[in-house]
Amino acid sequence: MWDSTMFEMLGKGIGETLYMTLFSTLLAYVIGLPLGIALVVTEKESLLPNKWVNSILNIIVNITRSVPFLILLVFIQPLTRAIVGTAIGSTATIVPLVVAAAPFIGRMVESSIKELDKGVIEAALSMGASPLQIIWKVMLPETKPSLWVGAAISSTTILGYSAMAGFTSGGGLGDIAIRYGYNRYQTDVMFVTVVLLVVIVQVLQGIGMKIASKQDKRK
Amino acid sequence: MEKGQPIIALQNISKTYTSERGEFNALNNVSLEIYKGEIYGVIGMSGAGKSTLVRCINYLEKPTSGKIIFDGKDLGALSAKELRNTRQSMSMIFQQFNLLMQRTAEQNVCFPLEIAGVKKIEAKQRAKELLELVGLGDKLDAYPSQLSGGQKQRIAIARALATNPKVLLCDEATSALDPSTTQSILALLKEINEKLGITIVIITHEMKVVEQVCSHVAIIADSKIAEVGTVKEVFTHPQSKVGQQLVYPNGMPDESFMGKRCCRIVFDGSSAYDPALSSMILECQVPVNIMYADMKRVEDMAMGQMVIQLPEDDTLAEKVIQNLRAKNLIVEEVYDYVG
Ligand SMILES: Nc1ncnc2c1ncn2[C@@H]1O[C@H](COP(=O)(O)OP(=O)(O)OP(=O)(O)O)[C@@H](O)[C@H]1O
Ligand SMILES: [Mg+2]
Repeated sequence: MWDSTMFEMLGKGIGETLYMTLFSTLLAYVIGLPLGIALVVTEKESLLPNKWVNSILNIIVNITRSVPFLILLVFIQPLTRAIVGTAIGSTATIVPLVVAAAPFIGRMVESSIKELDKGVIEAALSMGASPLQIIWKVMLPETKPSLWVGAAISSTTILGYSAMAGFTSGGGLGDIAIRYGYNRYQTDVMFVTVVLLVVIVQVLQGIGMKIASKQDKRK
Repeated sequence: MEKGQPIIALQNISKTYTSERGEFNALNNVSLEIYKGEIYGVIGMSGAGKSTLVRCINYLEKPTSGKIIFDGKDLGALSAKELRNTRQSMSMIFQQFNLLMQRTAEQNVCFPLEIAGVKKIEAKQRAKELLELVGLGDKLDAYPSQLSGGQKQRIAIARALATNPKVLLCDEATSALDPSTTQSILALLKEINEKLGITIVIITHEMKVVEQVCSHVAIIADSKIAEVGTVKEVFTHPQSKVGQQLVYPNGMPDESFMGKRCCRIVFDGSSAYDPALSSMILECQVPVNIMYADMKRVEDMAMGQMVIQLPEDDTLAEKVIQNLRAKNLIVEEVYDYVG
């Protein structure tokens, strides 16, 4: 049974998993990064305090974060179909992945930016910097190392979610693990896919941390 | 001498912080005038409201009431954008330096210029000149984490000067530095004041800092201004209780000579090192008891004061006072000195 078609299938699984993970991470950052910035700057006594916007964003983030991924996956299938045209396969899985990951990334970005010393922002304000200039020239560049650590954590979390999408035929290694290991009791196939997932997590985490430490000029 | 318009005027500034635990009056009806070219010290104990005061000057903190007039402009009447533009001519340096850690020294100095929209090549040129001015011409590419506290503060000063400000606000700028580094930073500030004509406001809790560089001083205590004047005036005749505590940090009045007749002799510059006291003793033929003596350098002049216990006999005491006054010293009788 460990013939060439099996290897081909695993190869395709790796490709799909990487495709889902990286693409979802990217799209989730498109939403999550501004969301995280907004969470910080609308806070009381920050750059653009706005109680309403801040509370609404926090509520949305908390609600999305409290729904388990597997339930979210099924729950937003109508949305997925509306956007992608189908609810199965790896492209379709990107939709729930982005929906689940964006608020998570928002929180990661928020906590990274909050690590920044308030004095630095104050110094920028004293030089006449505008809120937008402070976001672009101070908050993001100064927290770059921490943001990269966040990206490593986020992408590996998304990878974990993508594997869960196997339950709804979402493609990728998780799908293979469930089809063979769970439905047909072929534990060896499941074992191999799990090992492959572990390796990919290690690699993603390693790349993220490497970039983060290269960016860090504080030491 | 006609001073003209003050460059900074605080008019009846009050600042009340409101928190869950109630209201706190950090500044209470504070008025100050600072003129061009002065090095103005604001001194007070911790929590007196010094930082609040300096943060009101550039409107990082909006006063609850009162006006800040900077260079003829009422800051409270400016739009957000006008205020940002105005801040470019009023730089600030901090106790914790507040440099951008992910930028090199040169890029840090370029930062305010980027904000002001100066072209990159010009900004780099200016950064280089300024880093040379503060003595860090060889550290252009160093990151703050690779530099000492004194060097970081020099970068912060270079950065503060980048936009050619009229005023430099310093909030405890030397408090995180050791004594010799403090000396060199103060000397640099003085040089900047003299060479570039920039008005400097120095917030500090150390009398030494004021003595060394300031021309004027305001003493702030319990959210109010306790005393203002030239450093010389305040140093030689502190009027307020806090002023006296700051000038005599060791709790000058000694219980033992309370109630007895004492007099305070003030030496100003010319006579500090003349043997005035010994010649008086020889001339009057009376013994005196030195209760307190403190000689310092203020603005390059030798300044000092001394408290002596006068003889019991009133005529003799009078003779001593007359003799010292004849030597052009400021002599005043002290009865029960403050505690
Ligand atoms: N944002 C704030 N909210 C509430 N109270 C504040 C706030 N900022 C300052 N205070 C209070 O105002 C008072 C004056 O603070 P300020 O920082 O001006 O003191 P300071 O003279 O600079 O003291 P230090 O020498 O310790 O820096 C303090 O009692 C402080 O607790
Ligand atoms: Mg302070």
